[in-house]
Amino acid sequence: MLTSLRAGRGEHVGQDVTQSGRAFTMGRRLFGLLVAVLLLALTVFASLALGSRDIALPVVVEALVDRDPAVNDHVVIWELRLPRTVIGLLAGLALGLSGGLMQGLTRNPIADPGLLGINAGASLAVVAAITWLGIGTTAGYIWFAFGGATLAALLVYGIGSMGGDGATPVKLAIAGSALTAVLTSLITLVLLTNLQTLERYRFWQVGSLVGRDLDTARTVLLFIVVGTVMALVSGRVLNALSLGDDVAHGLGQHVVRDRAVIMTATVLLCGSATALTGPIVFVGLVVPHAARWVTGPDYRWILAYGAVLGAALLVAADVLGRLVAPPGEVEAGLVVAFLGAPVLIALVRRSRLASV
Amino acid sequence: MTGTDTRDRTVGLELPALGRLRRRRRRRATVVLAGLVGVVAIFALLSLSLGAYRISVDGVLRTLIGQGSGRDDFIILSLRLPRLVAGILAGAAFGLAGGIFQTLLRNPLASPDIIGVTGGASAAAVFALVTLGAGSLGVSVAAFVGAAGTATAVYLLSWRGGLTGYRFVLVGIAAAFMAHAVLGYLLTRGEVREAQTALSWMVGSLGSARWPEIAVLATLLGVLTPVLLALRPALGLLQFGDDTATGLGVRLERSRISLLAIAVALAAVATAVTGPIAFVAFVAMPIARRMMRSGAPVLLPAALVGVLVVTGADLVAQHLLPGNVKTPVGIVTAVIGGPYLLWLLATAGRNHGSVTRIT
Repeated sequence: MLTSLRAGRGEHVGQDVTQSGRAFTMGRRLFGLLVAVLLLALTVFASLALGSRDIALPVVVEALVDRDPAVNDHVVIWELRLPRTVIGLLAGLALGLSGGLMQGLTRNPIADPGLLGINAGASLAVVAAITWLGIGTTAGYIWFAFGGATLAALLVYGIGSMGGDGATPVKLAIAGSALTAVLTSLITLVLLTNLQTLERYRFWQVGSLVGRDLDTARTVLLFIVVGTVMALVSGRVLNALSLGDDVAHGLGQHVVRDRAVIMTATVLLCGSATALTGPIVFVGLVVPHAARWVTGPDYRWILAYGAVLGAALLVAADVLGRLVAPPGEVEAGLVVAFLGAPVLIALVRRSRLASV
Repeated sequence: MTGTDTRDRTVGLELPALGRLRRRRRRRATVVLAGLVGVVAIFALLSLSLGAYRISVDGVLRTLIGQGSGRDDFIILSLRLPRLVAGILAGAAFGLAGGIFQTLLRNPLASPDIIGVTGGASAAAVFALVTLGAGSLGVSVAAFVGAAGTATAVYLLSWRGGLTGYRFVLVGIAAAFMAHAVLGYLLTRGEVREAQTALSWMVGSLGSARWPEIAVLATLLGVLTPVLLALRPALGLLQFGDDTATGLGVRLERSRISLLAIAVALAAVATAVTGPIAFVAFVAMPIARRMMRSGAPVLLPAALVGVLVVTGADLVAQHLLPGNVKTPVGIVTAVIGGPYLLWLLATAGRNHGSVTRIT
C-alpha cells in the first residue's frame, strides 16, 4: 500500500513543479504531507503501544523487531493490536480516498460514502445475510457488504444517468440520498421483525476494527490496491471535471467514461472499507476538507493527503476508543463521529471552504 | 435557473402576455389545491372506515356529526381519529418545515433529516427511552428538546457575521453525524428489546399519538401558519440569494431567523408526536413545485403534499401490507417517496423539473 502511495505522490510532485512552480504553495503542500505522514506513523505506534493492557514502550519495540511467542505482551501486540491497526490503516486510507473522489465526482462538498447509497447498500446486504442465510462473522459478511455496495452504486449511477443531461453531480447526490432512504427503511423493516438480526446488526453498524483478523484484510487487499491506483491517477481528471462538464469536455476529457472510472474506484475503496469495518461515516467527509484546507483545490493533492489523513484519523479514533472508557471500549466508528464533527465545524467556521 | 414567472410576480412587471400567463397559473393552482384536498379527504374517510372492524362511509360521517352508534363512536373517536389527525398535522408540519429549509438554504438536500434536527430529536428521545426508561410523554418532550437544542446549536455554530446556506448545511450535517453516533451507541448499550422499541420510534409511526400531544401540534400549526403566510414574500426573495434579496429590500437576518425558527419548531413538534417520518420533509416541496409548475416556494401545496404522503402511506402500512407486523408509517413513506423522487430525477432533464432547479 505505502509503496503505491509513495509512487503516486512522487509523480504528482513532479507534475506540479513543472506546471506551476509556485514555491510557496509547493513547500506548504509538501510540508503538510510530511506532517501528515509523521502523524500517521505516530498513531500507528500508539495503536500498537496503547490499550487496556499496559505494555512498556521498550517491550513494544522489542515485540516488533524480535517476536517471542512465549511472551504474553508480544502475543497481545501481534495477535490483537497489529491486526486492528492494519485494518484501521486500510479502511481509513480507502475511506479518505473515496471521500475525495466522491466530493469531486458529485461536485458536492458534503459527499461521503453515506451519500451515494453505498453504506446503505452494504448494510442491507449484510442484514439479508444475517437474516436469511444465518451468517454471523466478519469473514462471512465481507462479500455481501461488497456486493451490496456495488449494486447500490450501480443503481445510483444508472438512475442518475437517466434523463436528458446525464449523471450530473446534483442528480447523483439526490439519487444517492433517495436510495439510501429506501434501503434504510427496508433494513429497519427487517430489524423490527427479527430480533436476532437486530442483535447482530446493531454491533456491526457502529463500525469497529475489533474481531477482524488479517485474513479478512487479505481478502480485500487487492480491491483496495486497485482502487487506490485508480484513485490516484484520477486526480487530474477530477481537476478537469471540477471546472464543469463543458470545460472538461473542451479539455479533451471523456466525461462519461471518466465518471464511470471514478465511480468504480469509489466502490472498490468504499465497499472494501465497509466490508472490513462496517459503515463508518465521517472519515470520507471530513478528511478531504482537512486536506483542502492545506492544499487548495488541486485533487491530486487532496487525494494523496486524503489517503494518509484518513488512515491516521481512523487508527487514532480506534486508539482513543480504547482509552476513554476502560476496561470497555468505544467503537472506532463512534469515536470518529464524535471527533470529526467538531473538527468539521471548526473547519467550516474558520475558512471560506475552497469550492469543490 | 429559477423560472421567469417568479421574478415577474415578485418584481411586478405588467405586460398583457404575463397577465394571461398569471391567470393560467392561478387556475392551475386552484385545480391542484382542490385536487389535493379532495384526495386527502378520500384518504381520511378510508382511514376512518377501514380496519379489523369495518365501518361504512355512512357510519363514519354519522359519527363525525355526532349521531353514530356507541361502538362506532368508540372505534372512530378513540382509536382511528387520533391516528388520522396526527398524520394530517405531522404531514403538514413536515412538508412546511422541509419546504422552508430547502428554499431558505437553496439546497434540495437541506431537509430537517439531513441537517440534524430530526437526528437530535431521535437521539434525545432514544436516550430518554433506553437510559431513563421514559414513557410516551417523556419521549415527546425529550424529542422536542433534542430538536430545538440541535437546531439552536447548528444556528449558533454556523453564524459568523452572517449565515450562508452551505455553512449551515455542513454544520448541520456534522450535528446529524454526532446525533447518529449517539444513537448507535445507545442502541448497542441497551437491551435488544429496548433497541427494537427505540428503532420503531425512530422510523416514525402514528400509532402512539395521544390527544394532548396532538393538540400541541395543532396549536402550533394554527399559530405559525399566519406568520408563515406573512413571511412568504421574504422567503420568495431569499431563494434568489442574499445579495439579490438585500437589494430588493428584504431585512435579511430577521426574516431568515424567523423562518428558520418556524421550520425548526414545526419539525421538532411533529417529530415529538410521531417520530421522524422519513422523507416527507424532503419530497413535499419538490413534488408541490412540480405539480404547480412553479419555481416559487409553494408552501400551502407543500403542506398538502406532506399530508397526502403521510395519510396515504399510513393507509398502505395499515391495510395493504401482508403480515401481522404493524408496519410504521415511516417505512412506507421512504419506500414510496424514494422511488418517486428517483423518477422525478430520471425525467428531470427533459423538462427541467424542479428537483435539480433549486440548487
